[in-house]
Amino acid sequence: MTPLLAAAKIDGPEIDWAGLSPLIALIGGSILALLLGLFRARPVREFLVPFVALAAIGTALGLTIWQWDETKDLVAGAMRLDHLTLALTGIFCVAGIATVLLSWRHVAPRESAHGEYYALLLASLAGMVLLVGATDLVALFIGLELLSIPLYVLCATEMRREGSLESGLKYLIIGSVGSATLLFGSAFLYGAAGSTGFADIVKALGDQDIRDSALLLTGVGLLVVGLAFKASVAPFHMWTPDVYEGAPTPVTAFMAVATKAAAIGITIRLFDVALLPVSDIWQPALAILAAITIVVGNVGALGQSSLKRMLAYSGVAQAGYLLAGIVAATRGGVEATVFYLAAYTVMNLAAFAVITAQQGLRPDGDDLGAYRGLGVERPLLAWPLTLAMLGLAGFPLTAGFIGKFALIQASVEGGYTWLGVFIVIGSMISLGYYLKVVATMWMTESPEPAAPAPAGINPGTPPVLAGGSPEADAQGLRWEVACVAVVFGALTLAIGVYPQPLFELASDAAGAIAGLLS
Amino acid sequence: MTLHLSIMLWLPAAFGLLGALLPGKLPARVGVLGSLLALAYGITYVVDFDSGKATLQYVTDEDWIKALGIHYKLGLDGLNLFLVLLTTLLWFGATLWANLRDWDHPRTFFLWLGIAETAVLGALLAQDLALFVVFFDLMLVPFFFITVGWGGPDRVRAVTKLVIYTLVGSLLMLTAAVATGVLSAQGSGDPINFTFTALQEMGLSEGSQKWIFLFFAAAFLVKMPAFPLHGWLPDGYSAMPLPALALFSGVLSKVAAYGFLRVSLPLFPDAAADFQDLMLIIAVLTIFYGSAMAFTQTNARLILGYSSIAQLGFITLGIFAIEGVGAQGAILQSVNHGLVTLPAMFIVALLAARAGGSEDIRDMGGIAFKAPVLAVFFVITTFALLAMPGSSNFVGEFLILLGVFKAKMAIAIIASIGVVMASVYALRLFIRAMHNRVGVDVESRDLRFADALVLIPVVLLIVAFGLYPQFALEKSQKTAAVAIAPAREVLGPVSGNYGLEEAKAAEEQPAAQQPAAQPTIPGAVYVDPQTGQQVDPGTAGAIAIDPQTGQPVQQSGATNEVTP
Repeated sequence: MTPLLAAAKIDGPEIDWAGLSPLIALIGGSILALLLGLFRARPVREFLVPFVALAAIGTALGLTIWQWDETKDLVAGAMRLDHLTLALTGIFCVAGIATVLLSWRHVAPRESAHGEYYALLLASLAGMVLLVGATDLVALFIGLELLSIPLYVLCATEMRREGSLESGLKYLIIGSVGSATLLFGSAFLYGAAGSTGFADIVKALGDQDIRDSALLLTGVGLLVVGLAFKASVAPFHMWTPDVYEGAPTPVTAFMAVATKAAAIGITIRLFDVALLPVSDIWQPALAILAAITIVVGNVGALGQSSLKRMLAYSGVAQAGYLLAGIVAATRGGVEATVFYLAAYTVMNLAAFAVITAQQGLRPDGDDLGAYRGLGVERPLLAWPLTLAMLGLAGFPLTAGFIGKFALIQASVEGGYTWLGVFIVIGSMISLGYYLKVVATMWMTESPEPAAPAPAGINPGTPPVLAGGSPEADAQGLRWEVACVAVVFGALTLAIGVYPQPLFELASDAAGAIAGLLS
Repeated sequence: MTLHLSIMLWLPAAFGLLGALLPGKLPARVGVLGSLLALAYGITYVVDFDSGKATLQYVTDEDWIKALGIHYKLGLDGLNLFLVLLTTLLWFGATLWANLRDWDHPRTFFLWLGIAETAVLGALLAQDLALFVVFFDLMLVPFFFITVGWGGPDRVRAVTKLVIYTLVGSLLMLTAAVATGVLSAQGSGDPINFTFTALQEMGLSEGSQKWIFLFFAAAFLVKMPAFPLHGWLPDGYSAMPLPALALFSGVLSKVAAYGFLRVSLPLFPDAAADFQDLMLIIAVLTIFYGSAMAFTQTNARLILGYSSIAQLGFITLGIFAIEGVGAQGAILQSVNHGLVTLPAMFIVALLAARAGGSEDIRDMGGIAFKAPVLAVFFVITTFALLAMPGSSNFVGEFLILLGVFKAKMAIAIIASIGVVMASVYALRLFIRAMHNRVGVDVESRDLRFADALVLIPVVLLIVAFGLYPQFALEKSQKTAAVAIAPAREVLGPVSGNYGLEEAKAAEEQPAAQQPAAQPTIPGAVYVDPQTGQQVDPGTAGAIAIDPQTGQPVQQSGATNEVTP
């Protein structure tokens, strides 16, 4: 090596491989799944690939637990490994495992090729881990794009169904607008603070001139909007119902749960850490957004007959509840948000698992009418959905109740009592649609004999590509889907009765955010 | 038998769950067994209860959710002792009644019935505000499912209305409960703690108390229901299956009244005192509205429904007299009304069976001629409902009115008209159903043995209770006085003493909490530091002043004694 070259060599940052290991497991799994998908043998594609995906996520979860008590900066301060990152990674992994189980033997991976489907899923998961660990605006953006781009494709994986393609395209366009806004906001923030690292931004914001600058105000505003797109916060939620309805149900479940957790996670870190010195700028803005979101989401869900659309609007409303915890900007607020995220994950996964199962049984499985008499016909599916709905509505002895209790408590403590009242008003409205589902399941006897319908052709949605056949797609009740439904339904109840362990986890995660009041 | 409240609390739900796993007729039998065991526990507690203490007994106190300061704390005292007994008793009766007919999907039905009993007992036993809210909201879930699954023809609309009304109330209560915990803790600087004792010690500012009180009141008044928050009642009562309705009307409404005594009066005494007039007026309006509706209805179960509104008006009246006798009367009347509701609803079912399935009193008539035994029990129930002297209801209403007389004479006089109105609707129901011309589709017959098994014990209990109401009164006396003491303290002592011991007990309580009066200093004048007015030397907090110099004097030694 010549001296010149040696001098030109840039010292790369020190890499802590152990700290990055969950991320590496996911990316490695993604590549492996993609390569294995090239094999022609059906068992390899249909069994080995999902198994590899499951193993990769399981490994990432294991590594997360292994790293639990570590707190350190990774990659020269671009990422931070702390309890918040790890707790959210845990949520992503749980959601990922459930998604793989729901996708296995589903139509979507079969139509789009298994290797690609699972590789994209794992890449998206990796993006989420990167996003919530980001302590630098550049890392934040890379994480966000790594999360989003695979999802655009995943939405369109049911290639013979028009709705799925439409959903993918819509998500791509609106998602890109969101990303662009966020990037623009980052640039302004960099302009104001002179740095992309969160720690330096906090330092720079100690200066009164910078705090008053128009650059900063614009930057914060655009960041709020960009993240609002991702977390489907009203009024930037318009894409949510269409995309959720069109996407394959396992992908919808994944988006509803993991994407939201990631977006909320980075919102916590960005606002409650980097922008904490200017909390007087963003707190009122976020509080108003949260209130609007709660009302819009809940009112929007009222008239829906498609369960996926309803859950999309309900997801919008829940994003509003979650924001309330961030607005409080207290340790209790972050704790409540993380707790509610976990509860929300559990409840939504139960609900989406039941929808997936029901869609496997009959072509109109997404329609509320298809659930008539489910309580008598298939209690194994009806109970988890009942628990999920009651939980999302915030009935006592479910995870949702405790979560809402904590959020309201945090709002009151943070001086935002009116936001707590909004959470309550939102819950009142939400009863209108959650209970409708429960009542439909348990009230009316099924009009048809309870045959596990090897369903007829659904006239409404003709296949887009040749070769589509609903008869071939219809399956019986898949046991792994029923399993996911039952496990998460039971968890909804279990967390509601004994929330202490999850609270300790959330409390650790909140403890990672230094500098918060009390 | 270990006396542990958790056992009694979870027993019915556990038996319901056990029954859900069994085939055939077994779930129903297991349900009865579960409610019977709970009843046995209830009786044991009443016998074992030490009426000499005003504090909680059989306390269980564990951390439930440490992060939120919520405890799993249960306890019994004079306020809830008899309501717990009433709950277990009525549940046993209703479960037995439900056994008389076949239900579709009996496993789920009896599971919900068991869970409902656990929820109600939990709300009564909870000594932690958050736990109380949890169980209070949980009470609705089983009744939602029971109505949805086994209700009448218009159940969809009914249940939607019922749930929206009650849950709107409950969610307001949730906010209020959280605010109570947080604001109390912020005010006193202690960590958040939701147990009633801790909250009472910490106290709240009067401004916060006001809105929190109103939120709680909304939840309780909807559940009762009281005028004007009763909109769900006609639909809800028409749709529920009768055994469930007997429980809903007999027990759940009482939990709301109990909530006022347990939560509102001790925790928000300033607000309770401020809103006393408002609540009394609501109570009086409720009495009149309920009574007036009851004697215009023709559906037997709606007559009972509206009469229950009127009765709850009386109970609210007793509570917001904020007076020892009134509160005791309210507790007694809660138990009485519960005891009357179950047989009354059961009789409606029997009457409907004899009148071609119709619950309309125009289709009934003349049933007594061929059913003399049924008529006898019905007339006893009717007399109890209209608070005939000699029934325990009479004692209850008397105590309530006595309490209100002491607090607000005018309101008591108006409210006593309600007693007369009760006899109008109760007798109208009895006469139209049992006497008069024989209805077209009426095929009368007397009680079956199985029916008698449900009906007779409860009616006998009404009689027994009427003969010796003192039994309940003496056990609840001390705690009732303690519960209303904080609010009474705000209002000041009642104007006159009507010579009842209970009243004295109520007034002694606040006096005992005040610092002992200082010995008087001869020659000094005592003034109130706030107002500057001269007061009696015994008054707490008064300052002794030398009339010559105008300076305060100490009482520490002879040197400070004022020279005449």
